[in-house]
Amino acid sequence: MLFPRTQTGSRRVVVTGAGIVTALGAGWAANAAGFRAGRTAFRPVTLFDVSRQRAKIAAETDLPMRLPPSSLSPNHAKRLARASKMLLLAAHQAWTQSGWRAQDDLPVVVGTTSGEMSLGETYLRDGLAFPRARRHQPSRVTHYQAQQQGLDVCSALGFSGPITIISNACASGANAIGHASDLIRRGRSERVLAGGYDALSQLTFAGFDSLQALSAAPCRPFDAARDGLTLGEGAAVLALESADVARRRGAEILGEIIGYGAATDTHHLTQPHPEGRAALAAMNAACLCARITPEEVDYINAHGTATPQNDATEAAAINRWAGATASKMPVSSTKSSIGHLLGAAGAVEALVCLMALREQFFPPQTSLEQADAACRFQIVRQPRDGRLQVAMSNSFGFGGANATLIFRRWQ
Amino acid sequence: MNGAPGIFVHGTGAVSPAGWGVEKLCGAWRENHPLPVQELARPGWDSKLKVRHVPPPATRPEFLAHPRLRRSTAVAQYTVAAALEAIGADAAEIRSGQLQLGVVVCVLSGGVTYSRRFYEEVLRDPSTASPLLFPETVFNSPASHLASFINSDALNYTLVGDGGAFLQGLALAADWLADERVNACVVVGAEENDWIVSDALDLFAHETVHAAGAGAIYLKTAASGAAAELGRITDAFSFTGRQNRAEAVRQMRAQLPACAPGGLFSIEQARAIFGEAFTASAAWTCVAACEAVRRGKAPSVVSVPGRHQQAIGAQFVKANDLACARRDKSAACAA
Repeated sequence: MLFPRTQTGSRRVVVTGAGIVTALGAGWAANAAGFRAGRTAFRPVTLFDVSRQRAKIAAETDLPMRLPPSSLSPNHAKRLARASKMLLLAAHQAWTQSGWRAQDDLPVVVGTTSGEMSLGETYLRDGLAFPRARRHQPSRVTHYQAQQQGLDVCSALGFSGPITIISNACASGANAIGHASDLIRRGRSERVLAGGYDALSQLTFAGFDSLQALSAAPCRPFDAARDGLTLGEGAAVLALESADVARRRGAEILGEIIGYGAATDTHHLTQPHPEGRAALAAMNAACLCARITPEEVDYINAHGTATPQNDATEAAAINRWAGATASKMPVSSTKSSIGHLLGAAGAVEALVCLMALREQFFPPQTSLEQADAACRFQIVRQPRDGRLQVAMSNSFGFGGANATLIFRRWQ
Repeated sequence: MNGAPGIFVHGTGAVSPAGWGVEKLCGAWRENHPLPVQELARPGWDSKLKVRHVPPPATRPEFLAHPRLRRSTAVAQYTVAAALEAIGADAAEIRSGQLQLGVVVCVLSGGVTYSRRFYEEVLRDPSTASPLLFPETVFNSPASHLASFINSDALNYTLVGDGGAFLQGLALAADWLADERVNACVVVGAEENDWIVSDALDLFAHETVHAAGAGAIYLKTAASGAAAELGRITDAFSFTGRQNRAEAVRQMRAQLPACAPGGLFSIEQARAIFGEAFTASAAWTCVAACEAVRRGKAPSVVSVPGRHQQAIGAQFVKANDLACARRDKSAACAA
């Protein structure tokens, strides 16, 4: 029953499976290698026509020819479009690594901004151009909707469970993982499959271009001359469970989620408050949840979109939050490698933090030329190894959705 | 291990094809007759789609003068109207920061009219597509506008799903309140009309009339002054390869208690009277159930077999009934 629920004291939440698909590749190894080296994955957009847009590049993901074996019927699998495939690939990786078996009630919490938008676009285009040609329209309606991607994951992996779709703009993936960790921490569930996904679509690309938020060149977060973001696409899914359950079954633990905080910026629909009050509130709330101070954080994976306003606001928030420790705080935005993945960003960047903690490296942003003077912290510019125990990930979105996750190395 | 605190309904709000306000919604619910249907043109068709629109408000709501809401979508305006009605006099305490308000807005199609308009502009010429439209297409823009209007910087989630998402939203709000992460929480289900949604619905349920509007429920942990108490919310039983719709509905109903005649509030009734408005239909059903409890009928059981995602149900009881039961239980434990 969702209510009333018995509550237990605070439980530790660990990650026992992780799946990731980005323009750097599919899976932990390909992405960890890319992020460790600060590789960039931008190229001309091929998925739709951008000839009339200001920006013409993005971080497109190459999908494998075949999906992994699943319980989906061949007909059903054939109807899946990019976003569904990316989510399914990431979920399959996380599921396989976790060693979980199908059970009746496994909650799924997923963040997205646009579900399978490309199918919605096709539906409208065909509806306008060929209104009487209805043959493919029902399938497009079904597979366009975000909850269908969640249902597909359940059906493909052979389990059933409540599906929660959180759509808090670019913080969606972080909110999904944060909410899932809350469910376990508060004793409301033992395991949750959580993550985020978004595929490139013409509507979203044109939308950010209309706002003049896209850069014509690969994005340069926190650079003094930054001029906008670059879009990307992908998915990341984490298998989360209580530490006790994971230990009991002898699961390999990839890391621990120790903090989650969220706050709302009421300043403007698309612009953050210049002082980054909500960003600061989210970071403070996550630290309170984790019971740590800024001195204990070894690395921040910033939201760092490379828009002038976001980075200035985030820099102000990090400066205030870190206080005296700011000058020693290593910070980078891995959007410099794979672009802004919107609803997937928070989930992918959470996984980047886990990679950094597990493999002991600082993900660099090699495209930085001249750091903005507002950044009092150290921006990681070159690949380097390091000793990391705690990593923080920031995600901020349209509508003032702000979320912060904190991870600890598992030893 | 300890028990969750009681969660109480302190207000309800509604915007529906019956009009603006809970009174209009409940009046139509009691009469139990389908409301008049309007027609909606769709490109390329001579025949028109059947819909139920929200009638214009008797007077222009004051909130429309707010800078964030002047050009907002219909779904954002319905969201704010229903939420403000539900929150009532507590709005002042929220604005002053005395009450930390959580916001949960549940949608299926969101700001679909602006999305369609924006994409039509993109198809014509992406270089001139309007930057005013795009931000309003984002699913969480109604929740953001509401938070801005009422000055709430606390937790704020937008859930996407079929009608059952509204009950998931109630459960989420109950969790936030139980965890003391907010002092109050408003949960809204909201949808708007557009030919593209009606056209899509027509593919699957030709006789179903698409509708627009919003419903809201305002929750707190204090019992005093409450209209009803949240008795239970069942699990959300998804329609998956392993569990079809019929099985999901059966399991949901198995978790609901029996109710007296007249005590069952089904989303099917909301669909029949007002039309299919997905999350808003589920919200109207819950609002009608809460109002029935407030007027003295008790308890009310809500059944929401969603259209394609999940089956989920709830129970609302008189505000004092569960509190008495809890008191009796603790007294027995102490003894």
